Amino acid sequence: MTYVSDVTALARKDLLLELRAKETLPSMLLFVIAALTIFHFALPHGTSHQAALGLLWAALIFTALLGLTRAFVAEREQGMFDALVLAPCDRSAIWLGKTLAVLAFLVAAEVVALPAFAAFFSGVDGRTVAAVALADVGIATVGTLFGAMAVAGRARELLLPLLFLPMAIPIVIGGVGGYLWFLVLYDAIFAVLSWAAFEYVIAEV
Amino acid sequence: MVRVRLSALAAACTGLVGLALALIFFVAPTDADQGFSQRIFYFHVPIALTSYACFGWGAWKALRYLRTRDERADLESYVAIHQGVIFGALTLLTGSIWAKASWGVWWSWSENQLVLFLVLFLFYCAYFMLRFSVEPGPARANMSAVYALFGVVLIPVSFLAIRLSQKFIHPVVFTSHGPQMTGSQFFVFCVSFAALLTLFATLYQVELAGKRLDAHVRELRELLT
Amino acid sequence: MIASSSPPSEWQYVAAAYLVVFVFVLAWVALIAAKLGRLQKQLGELVEKARARG
Repeated sequence: MTYVSDVTALARKDLLLELRAKETLPSMLLFVIAALTIFHFALPHGTSHQAALGLLWAALIFTALLGLTRAFVAEREQGMFDALVLAPCDRSAIWLGKTLAVLAFLVAAEVVALPAFAAFFSGVDGRTVAAVALADVGIATVGTLFGAMAVAGRARELLLPLLFLPMAIPIVIGGVGGYLWFLVLYDAIFAVLSWAAFEYVIAEV
Repeated sequence: MVRVRLSALAAACTGLVGLALALIFFVAPTDADQGFSQRIFYFHVPIALTSYACFGWGAWKALRYLRTRDERADLESYVAIHQGVIFGALTLLTGSIWAKASWGVWWSWSENQLVLFLVLFLFYCAYFMLRFSVEPGPARANMSAVYALFGVVLIPVSFLAIRLSQKFIHPVVFTSHGPQMTGSQFFVFCVSFAALLTLFATLYQVELAGKRLDAHVRELRELLT
Repeated sequence: MIASSSPPSEWQYVAAAYLVVFVFVLAWVALIAAKLGRLQKQLGELVEKARARG
């Protein structure tokens, strides 16, 4: 089994599970629309586009968190971690497969969120879309790694936001400011780090 | 690794801190721009730098743990990061007081160092949440080590991000602390920095000794009951 | 260049900053001392147990 086929198999598994269960993605979609609605009421009249854009990013981060929290729940509830760890594939393939699946969820959620934002507030330009795409990579890579850590402990759903949000701050800064090169830098650094570190995180769960 | 005797370290620490305080209050010249309150700088910045040193040391020990799987490295990493959070909290507090003294506000988003420390403080507090959430053992040690390494990589990345963010949060505010110091100011700063690093080393060794003692006592109890 | 406001109680801010550091370190020392006391007591109990074993 090659590395690529392992990764594809694992990603497909997660996507198929979601297709059948239909839990995570609908929740994320509903959440992001609800969040944007709340933000509309939270913002004072005549708010600048810049401010509203900031809140888009807040909505995206929290929606991502929602999805990430669910990422390893299936594995934990069915005790699949042992099976995955014993499987004859490179441990990092587990990470990559999961990251790709999370990425798919994020993109799916944003396909709805961005037009909704454009309708509720004001237009979304190409730069923002590119920034969101780049941010997704960072969120998925780091979030998947931390998701695996969070699931191993007692606090579980409480722990992931605490671990993840400080890491998300540079992403939000890069996104709101439109610093695409910075997002690329962030993604490159932390993707490599997450890929390398995953093996240690699930070595003994 | 040079194993310095703890009593010698503590004595050196006491001497250096005493010397630093004496220099700060009696020798350092009053700053032309900021007046007397500039003296906070002599502790605030070294404390911040010491905090970075703590996190760096913690990350180094974390790397050692991942390489050697030696429990002691995990404990050393934990204690270093614990000290880092203590010094980090002190950075935020002294920085806040200095902001109040200099500009009349308790917090300033345009102070890059303060904002960076806020982010790091959040990150490393989560480190403790992680440790408390997982049962002691190799799994917890692994995860803590990975997280500590992420933290140390986050430091420069966050710093860069925060500098970028200043462009759309505030126009950059010029503050007069930094390497533009007179010779005597720089000397006092160096002594103060040395004092605080020694303080970290002392606190680190004491806390480490305490935790090791704790582990031994627990082991002894298990053996005897 | 920011003109410093020079409030009348400027030295009090400096004192507060150094006091905060002092208090933190002392609090830490107190916690370690408490831990040491607890450990000493536990060690005493264990020594008793070991003696009883003979």
